[in-house]
Amino acid sequence: MRKRIKLLAGLAVLIITAGLLLSGCGGKDTGAKAGGDKEPYKIGAVIDISGPSSSLGIPERNTLQMLTEKINAAGGINGHPLELTILDNKSDETEAVLAVKKLIDQQKVLAVIGCSSSGPSMAMIDTVQKEKVPMISLAAASKIVEPVQERQWVFKTAQSDIVVVNRLAGYLKEKGLNKIAFLYMNNAYGDGGRIAFTAAAEPAGLQIVTEEKFEATDVDMTPQLTRVKASGAQAVVIWAIPPSASIVTKNFKDLGLSIPLLHSHGVGNQNFIDLAQGAADGVILPIGKLTVTGQIPDSDPQKEVLATYIDEYSKKYNSSPNSFGGYAWDAFYLLINAIEKAGPDRAAIRDQLEKTENYIGVSGVFNMSATDHNGLKEDSMVNVKIEGGQWKLLE
Amino acid sequence: MVDLSSQLLQLLFSGLTLGSIYALIALALVTTFNITGVLNLAQGEFVALGALLAASLFAAGLPLPLVFILTVAGVAILGGLVERSAIYPARGASSMTLIIITIGLSISLRGLALLVWGTDPLLLPAFSSGGPILIGGAAINPQSLWIFGLTAVTLAMLFAFFELTYLGKAVRACEINRTAARLVGINPGAMSLLAFAGSGAIGAAAGIFIAPLTLATYDMGFMLGVKGFVAAVIGGMNNVGGAVLGGFILGVLEIYSAGLVSSGLKDAVALLVLLAVLLIRPEGLVGVIAGRKV
Repeated sequence: MRKRIKLLAGLAVLIITAGLLLSGCGGKDTGAKAGGDKEPYKIGAVIDISGPSSSLGIPERNTLQMLTEKINAAGGINGHPLELTILDNKSDETEAVLAVKKLIDQQKVLAVIGCSSSGPSMAMIDTVQKEKVPMISLAAASKIVEPVQERQWVFKTAQSDIVVVNRLAGYLKEKGLNKIAFLYMNNAYGDGGRIAFTAAAEPAGLQIVTEEKFEATDVDMTPQLTRVKASGAQAVVIWAIPPSASIVTKNFKDLGLSIPLLHSHGVGNQNFIDLAQGAADGVILPIGKLTVTGQIPDSDPQKEVLATYIDEYSKKYNSSPNSFGGYAWDAFYLLINAIEKAGPDRAAIRDQLEKTENYIGVSGVFNMSATDHNGLKEDSMVNVKIEGGQWKLLE
Repeated sequence: MVDLSSQLLQLLFSGLTLGSIYALIALALVTTFNITGVLNLAQGEFVALGALLAASLFAAGLPLPLVFILTVAGVAILGGLVERSAIYPARGASSMTLIIITIGLSISLRGLALLVWGTDPLLLPAFSSGGPILIGGAAINPQSLWIFGLTAVTLAMLFAFFELTYLGKAVRACEINRTAARLVGINPGAMSLLAFAGSGAIGAAAGIFIAPLTLATYDMGFMLGVKGFVAAVIGGMNNVGGAVLGGFILGVLEIYSAGLVSSGLKDAVALLVLLAVLLIRPEGLVGVIAGRKV
C-alpha cells in the first residue's frame, strides 16, 4: 500500500514537472532569463532511416546527431541547449505524416528537418503548411518547394532537377553535341528528369532524337540502346539510379557504343561504379563538390566547409561522408543560423530562412528568396568524369 | 547509324538471352507442376536466393565452382525444407489452396532475403573475362552463351532423368496416376520432396548464371517468376520442351516489341501473348503436338 502511494506521488511530481517544462517551451522566451540553465530549443527530424531509402537516411541521421553534439558542446544556441528528436519514417509517406504530427503536437518543435526522399517530403507539406512550422527537406524534386506561394513554410537543401539539367545542357552545347538520345527509368525520378530535360533542350538548341524508357527492374536495356544506335544520336543522357543505371551503362559498353554517355546526379555514389564493373569509365555527370573535394581549387569558397565535414564525419564514424549527409549538414546549419537570429518563434524562423544569403554549405552557396526556397544555382555542382573507377573533376 | 539487319540480329541475341532465363524458370515450374500438381509461384524467389547466396559466398572469397555447388545444394535443401514445412502438411488440400500457399511462401522468402541481404544490389563477376563477341555487326555478351549452355544442359538432364532413370519413371508414374503409383509401391510424398528440391536447384543455378548480367537483388525473383509462368503457359504446362520454347518465344517477342515498336510496350506484349494463347490454345503451343506420352 505504502509503495503504491509513493509511486503515485512520484508520478504526480513527474507529470507536474513535465507540464511546467512543456508550457515553458511553448512560450516565447527569447533567452533573456537571468543566468542559470536556459530551457532547450527543440527541433525535430523525420528521416528515412530504414526501408528502401535507408542508404540516404543513415548518413543524414549520423550527420544530424554529430552536429547536435557539436553545437551543445560549444554552449548551444545563444546559450540555449539544442534538443533534436529524430524519428524514422521507414521510407513511407504515411509514417512520415504521423511522425511530423507527433513532433509538432507532442514535442512542440520549432522546425522540422526531412525527409530524405521526395515522396515522404511531399507527404509532410500539407501538415507543416497548416500548422505553420518551418520544414527543410533533404530531397531532390523541385515540386517540394514549388510553387512557392503554396509552400511558404517549406525549404530544401538538395539541388533541384533543373540545376542538373542546365549543367548537362551547357556541357552538350559547349561540346557541339546537338542530337541527343534521352533514356530514363520509368518512375518519379526518371519522369522528373525527362520533363526537366525536355523543357531545357529546346532553348539550349538541343534536339532529342530518341526518347526511351526502361523499368527499374529491367535486366537488359539492349533494345533501347539498339534504337539509340539507329537514331544517329551524338550523345546519350540517362536519368536513372543504380542498379538499373549500372546495367544500362554495362549494356552501352557491350554494344560498343562510343558516343559520350552522360548521367544524372542519381548515380553519384560508389555503388554505381562498383555495380557497372568497369563499364562506368568515361561516364560524365554533374555532382556536388563533396565527392571531389581533393581536386577543387583552394580558391573555391566551399573548400573549407567540405574539408571540415569530411574530417569531422570520418573521425566520428570511420567512413567517408556523402552528398546526402551533406544535405543534412546544410539543413541543420541553415536552421541553427535562423534560430540564432529569430529566437524560438516559428514565423520569425521562417522569415530568417527565406532571407538566407551567402550561406556557404556542403551542397553549395545558398541564396534563398521569396521566390526560391532552394537557393542553389548551377555553380553548386561540378562536372566529373569517371576514370579508372575514380571521380575526376572536369573543368 | 546501323543497318536494319544487324539491328534485328542484335535484338535477336538479346531476346534469346532473356528467353533462356525465362525458359529455365519455366522448366522448373513445369517439372514441379507435373509431379506434384502444385503451381509453385515462389519459383522466382529460388532464383533470387541463388543469386544472392552466390554473390555473398563469392564475396567471402570462395572460388566460383565451389560457390556454384554450395549455392545449388543450399537452395535445393531450402526447397526441400519448404516442401516439408508448407506443402506436405497441406497435401490433401485443393490445388487452389496450394497455389495460395506458394504465394505466401514467395512473400516470406522475399522478406527473409530482405532481412539477410538488405536492399543494396550485390555483384557476381562474369564467368569468362573479355568483352562482347561481335557477330555480323551485333554484339553478344559471353555470359549469354553461358546461360544458353545452362538451359541446354538442364533440358538434357531433365530429359535423361525422366526417360532413362528408374527414379524418373517413378516420378512420371506419380504424374500420370497418383493412386496407381502408390499401389505399385511409389511414395508420392517423396516424389514431391524431390520435385521441390530439384526446382530449388534449377532456380539457384539460373540465379547464379544470370547474376553477372542482372545483379542480385532481394526483389528480382517476383518478375522473373511471373515471366517464367507466362512462358510455361505459352509452351504448355505439361511439356518440358514446350516450356523452353515458350521462354524463347516470350523473350524474343518482348525484345523485338521494345526494340522495334516502343520501349513501353514490352510487358504489355507478354500479357497479350498470354491472353491470346489462353483463348486460342489453352493447352499451350506444344500441348497437343507432343501429347501425353504414357
